[in-house]
Amino acid sequence: MVDKNLYQADRETAWCPGCGNFPLRTALADALAEMDLKPEEVTMYTGIGQAAKMPHYIKVNAFNGLHGRSFPPAIGMRVANPEMTVIVESGDGCSYGEGGNHILHNMRRNPDIIHLVHDNQIYGLTKGQASPTSVEELRTPVQTHGVNAEPLNPVRFAVGMKASFVARSTVGDRDHLKEMIREAKKHKGYALIDIFQPCVSFNKINTYQWYSKRVYKLEDHDPTDHAAAMKVAQEFGDEIPIGIIYREEKPTFRDRIPYLKDKALVDRDVQVDDLKHLIDEFK
Amino acid sequence: MDFNIVIAGEAGQGLKTVEAMLTKTFSRHGYYLFSTKDYMSRVRGGHNFMQIRISDQKLEGPDEGIDLLLALNEESVEIHRPEMSEDGTILSEVESDKDEMVYLDASGIAKEVNPRAVNTVFVGAAFKIMGLPTDQAEEAVKEHFAKKEAVVDDNLDLLKKGYEAVEQSYNLKDLGKKEENMVIDGNSAVGLGALLAGLSYYTAYPMSPSTGILHYVAGKQEELGIVVEQSEDEIASINMALGGSYAGMRSMTGTSGGGLALMAEGIGLAGITEIPIVIADVQRPGPATGLPTRTGQGDLLFAINIAQDEFPLMVLAPKDQEDAVYQTFRAFNLADKYQIPVIILSDQFLGDGSKTIKEIDTSEMKIERHLVDPAEVEGEYKRYKYTEDGISPRAYPGQLKDNIVLIDSDEHDEYAHIVEDAETRNKMVAKRNKKMEKLKSEDLLEPEYTGPEAPDYILVGWGSTAGPLREAKEILSDEYEVGQLAFNDVWPLPTKTLEEIAEKDAKLVFVENNAGAQFDRLVRSETGIKADYNILKDDGRPFSGREIYRRFKEEVSE
Repeated sequence: MVDKNLYQADRETAWCPGCGNFPLRTALADALAEMDLKPEEVTMYTGIGQAAKMPHYIKVNAFNGLHGRSFPPAIGMRVANPEMTVIVESGDGCSYGEGGNHILHNMRRNPDIIHLVHDNQIYGLTKGQASPTSVEELRTPVQTHGVNAEPLNPVRFAVGMKASFVARSTVGDRDHLKEMIREAKKHKGYALIDIFQPCVSFNKINTYQWYSKRVYKLEDHDPTDHAAAMKVAQEFGDEIPIGIIYREEKPTFRDRIPYLKDKALVDRDVQVDDLKHLIDEFK
Repeated sequence: MDFNIVIAGEAGQGLKTVEAMLTKTFSRHGYYLFSTKDYMSRVRGGHNFMQIRISDQKLEGPDEGIDLLLALNEESVEIHRPEMSEDGTILSEVESDKDEMVYLDASGIAKEVNPRAVNTVFVGAAFKIMGLPTDQAEEAVKEHFAKKEAVVDDNLDLLKKGYEAVEQSYNLKDLGKKEENMVIDGNSAVGLGALLAGLSYYTAYPMSPSTGILHYVAGKQEELGIVVEQSEDEIASINMALGGSYAGMRSMTGTSGGGLALMAEGIGLAGITEIPIVIADVQRPGPATGLPTRTGQGDLLFAINIAQDEFPLMVLAPKDQEDAVYQTFRAFNLADKYQIPVIILSDQFLGDGSKTIKEIDTSEMKIERHLVDPAEVEGEYKRYKYTEDGISPRAYPGQLKDNIVLIDSDEHDEYAHIVEDAETRNKMVAKRNKKMEKLKSEDLLEPEYTGPEAPDYILVGWGSTAGPLREAKEILSDEYEVGQLAFNDVWPLPTKTLEEIAEKDAKLVFVENNAGAQFDRLVRSETGIKADYNILKDDGRPFSGREIYRRFKEEVSE
């Protein structure tokens, strides 16, 4: 096991005291250490938001890019280096709102990427507006009479898309979260973990208590059964399931590019002289 | 000799096949070529045409006046009749007793062999009319249909039948071999330059007229073992390409104006994160959807001001198909050297047009990655280390043992961690600006001046108008003392030659494919030097040398 201290997951942060980001960071560092991954063997891609600041508070390679665009740059690493563990991490606004189009198409691409979504059902960094997963009764300085749209159930969406690994967890149960991260790493392909976490500053509805009263661990559920997964994915009310909802072994993004095989394209050593035949084709 | 052929018809009639066969054949008979496309944004129907100009002299652009029109439908005869030169010939399926009309029952002839190959009958007939043998055309047919072997014999048969169906009108000859032996379109030229530079990852969303680059590099991906990925939108294109570059691969994206607008934030991201990236913008008239399949130079000021606030950025514009190969190659080396975005401004005229060029000389082409030597990294790696010239040693994730590579879109310190203090902000802005200063002093291409020592007029242009301007200058030189100043690099603007030119007692005539004289405005804002005259055109069609000459006579000469 890698020394957990290498991740420096105790750095000072810009998060509010009691923020759900803290237990998530700890669970991530624990899981990475247990999986024997050194900081330089992991690359994290984040967007913008409080959750997206993660790479500044945990030591791994990271591309802290644009709001909503955490996913597209991660594909480049998948092409360049098949060995690297790739994590896309951001909040519900960044992942499901601004980045909605990318999540849809990357479920289709199925790259071997772990996608951690900090889902606190609100916008924290911009101080408390509705996010795509906010409940309708939420009132905010913008949504003065409630939210004008139904909340997105990301798990139902992902299972509907037959994303190859769909799980839900909560920062309220760190061991469960750690286990989900380990399972996501084991899975070959796109692995979404929608992670419940409270926003102690702005979301007065979806609190620790709100989540702990509702979540239950899935038992006797066969995640390879799509019909069963669809049924479980519908549950979002007084009872909300956590665990692996759906799992399917299918070709990954790299599998669909057969000529890449195990090759790390970053190691491609090419000289102009090797490519002269390209010129001849125009004669 | 200078001979102008137009192939016209509707989308779906196989105009492209005719053009491909004619182009290859003329080139092998030793002719210089310049071809342009004029097509509508539709898959079937409409009116499309391609113009192939051939000569025994080097060609720089299209010309006016059609010597031979291959009218694949009746409508084309009427549309192009006013453009025919005095002794021009119209080959069509229209029966007429007019002198210039040559009747060819192409459909009838094709029906007996292969009704889908009507266009090949036209090709055969065209060679007879021009007086050229069909041996080279036969080779071109074999190559063109190499992947569809079943139709090769049909097409060879129809080529011969077309040849026999008409009489010879002209006496074109085989010119033998010449030094310039490549024919390439501008989009393939950008793609070729990129592949020679070691491009490993190209991400793009299809958009006319830039799609040719995407198709060309995608056609090579399996053979070269590289990855070409069609993105879900242009925002993804630029962010994917940046991810590829961050991961250590030479990466690129390409688009046209609307797509470039979507990439704006991503190009700013490249600026602040100092990720090298090459972006090709094949311009078409805008705004919004504009004229999707036509040409223009209207993105210049947008490109140099592509994202909010300031960051080092380079914008360069290839002058022709040959230059596009070298400039794209150079763009990759400069992007890597300065860790900046480099935008290549091409346009539909250059991208879709083909030209005979000198074989690409690779002897001076060296891939320079400017990556850190891992042995030189001591202790904790600083991605944004302060250095004298502002360039920090660049590493990619996994390259350094026991070290991570962090980049950030927020303002950051040397380790890439988010900061908000004024002092670090000032230092980082200064660091990035130093790179721009170094670029200006070490790597800018001054514009090329050609012409007399003491000209009365200087034609000033940038990018793809270079060829038509050179031709216009040649024509004008019989009557005036005229020089030409042709720019490659437009941002940062090279000013040395401009300032020398301003000393000359010459009138400056800026010629641009846009309505607002954007380059004139840029030169004025950077140097205070301004145009005495502007010849502008923003109808989506390219300039020809003769057109510039005519407009010079009307609008400039005193």
